[in-house]
Amino acid sequence: MIRVFLVDDHRLFLSGVKSELRVGFEVVGTASDVDTAISGIRRTRPDVVLLDVHMPGGGGRTVIEAISEERPETQFLALSVSDAAEDVIAIVRAGARGYVTKSISPAELTDAIRRVHDGDAVFSPRLAGFVLDAFASDAIQPVDPELDQLTNREREVLRHIARGFTYKVIAQRLHISVKTVETHVSAVLRKLQLSNRHELTRWATDRRLV
Amino acid sequence: MERTPCIDPTTDPAIATQTEPTSTRRGVGLWRSHDRRVIAGIAGGLSERFGIDPVYVRASFVALGMAGGFGVFAYLLLWTAADQERPPDAVVRRARPRHDLGTLSIVLGIMLMLRSTGIWLGDGVVWPVALVALGSSVIWSRNDDGGAWNRFASAATNAESPGRTGLVRLALGGVLVVAGVGIFIAGSSALPQTGGAVVAVVITGLGVGLILGPWMVRQAQQLTQERHERIRSQERAEVAAHLHDSVLQTLAMIQRSDSSRRMISLARSQERELRAWLYGADDQQADRLQPMFEDVAARIEQRYDLPVELVVVGDMLVDDQVRALSAAAYEALQNAARHSQADTVSMYVEVEPAHVTVFVRDEGKGFDPRAIPDDRRGIDESIRGRMSRHGGVATVRSEPGSGTEIELQLPREHTR
Repeated sequence: MIRVFLVDDHRLFLSGVKSELRVGFEVVGTASDVDTAISGIRRTRPDVVLLDVHMPGGGGRTVIEAISEERPETQFLALSVSDAAEDVIAIVRAGARGYVTKSISPAELTDAIRRVHDGDAVFSPRLAGFVLDAFASDAIQPVDPELDQLTNREREVLRHIARGFTYKVIAQRLHISVKTVETHVSAVLRKLQLSNRHELTRWATDRRLV
Repeated sequence: MERTPCIDPTTDPAIATQTEPTSTRRGVGLWRSHDRRVIAGIAGGLSERFGIDPVYVRASFVALGMAGGFGVFAYLLLWTAADQERPPDAVVRRARPRHDLGTLSIVLGIMLMLRSTGIWLGDGVVWPVALVALGSSVIWSRNDDGGAWNRFASAATNAESPGRTGLVRLALGGVLVVAGVGIFIAGSSALPQTGGAVVAVVITGLGVGLILGPWMVRQAQQLTQERHERIRSQERAEVAAHLHDSVLQTLAMIQRSDSSRRMISLARSQERELRAWLYGADDQQADRLQPMFEDVAARIEQRYDLPVELVVVGDMLVDDQVRALSAAAYEALQNAARHSQADTVSMYVEVEPAHVTVFVRDEGKGFDPRAIPDDRRGIDESIRGRMSRHGGVATVRSEPGSGTEIELQLPREHTR
């Protein structure tokens, strides 16, 4: 039984997700703003926090920053209606293990929660697109290429995710195991979280995001 | 000491009577003050009840007492009528400190002192000016509720009625200013005839300006405020109109729809449209790749009720080649919508330095690419032919039962 905590300021959406998670999950709490989310997570100690990106009082990023140090075993999955790449990239860089859009189907959502709980990274096609954009190959100004640049394989995996393939199909098509796909995705996530290089800044500046 | 939020009745009796709890009207509504007691606390109680400085109350009693003993009689009468203690629900009005009177005395004192030491412009100038200054300060003085003119102006514009004290102050100030101006003009009649008239006109003008000034300032402020409010309400009306035409209509259609696929596509197309409206696809983006492919996806969603999952990486200016690419992508999406029986289709567009790639993929029933009937020209002509005419390549991957993916690749050596 995976213990899940839901954070979203749209009550309708909150109750919808709650009913979708009836089987195999235990929803230990819900919150609709940053402060109650932080205190609620501290109290209920969930395994996975399903987290909206935009909320009154600082957004999902504030919650992750407050919790992740004192409870590193808690995993965060960002769930957003936001189309804005900067929100999504920011929350993933803050430490979310993945990002899915709110139009995701219930089956895909439960699968995503399980994968995050198992320690894998979950990328929606959209997030893969954002990440590829952020690491766009024509923006190379190598500062620390070993650390920050995506390998060709990682780029290939991301591209397949962006094209809408499941991890299983990607593994088949690239003749690798699903585990390897997950490893690549986790590596991308780590690079994204570690990445402080100019690319991201420039990418954001180009789009007038900062 | 109990403090209830209070409103000074000397500045606005209309508001004061509104907010005053009706319970204080029981009996005479008067009590003997505990804290402001000199004899029996009647003056203090009156002061607390009406918010008048107790000194004035006492002075009035003394004055009335000298006038045939009426004050003493009134005091005794009130003493017998008043409650022993202040009722717990009584509204206590704190007297406004009379800084203005203090200031007036000090100024008067300084002026007299200056006069006696000889630093003086002459009685004919100083006293009228002082009168005018006093009068205009009486008019201009702004209390918590904005002063006399504000209330007068709001009465003129058909809002609340002006406070009585406000009108009194206005009249008093006006009289003082007029008197000051009049004395000055009368005193300076010794001036040469023509020059004197001009000075009189100028001085009178200044006096009128002093009286009307606050009102005109207020009018100007009101005009600006009204303009801002008009702009705001226009904006709100625009938003409301847009939401009505788009979101509300779509929500209504969704409620009447019994096909879940129709609902999903309605919701998605509305989402797309609302996003475009909120985050503004402005004119300079009209010739860029991203909005162009968003438009392609939106058209397919609308026409075929088929949700299109679109991811675009990178952006570039649109040229003829990109237009051909988007037309080919539209054709590929259309094929998926017509033949694949898939629930959704995904389109991935990536702009790289060397080329632009588009993947259109569905998880529908698929087909055998070698077994397309000859009368089906869609893939050959609209996709392959179009791509090759613009120097690109189209690759079709499909198998019966496992969906279809069409890859379109366009070199962009000229488009950098």
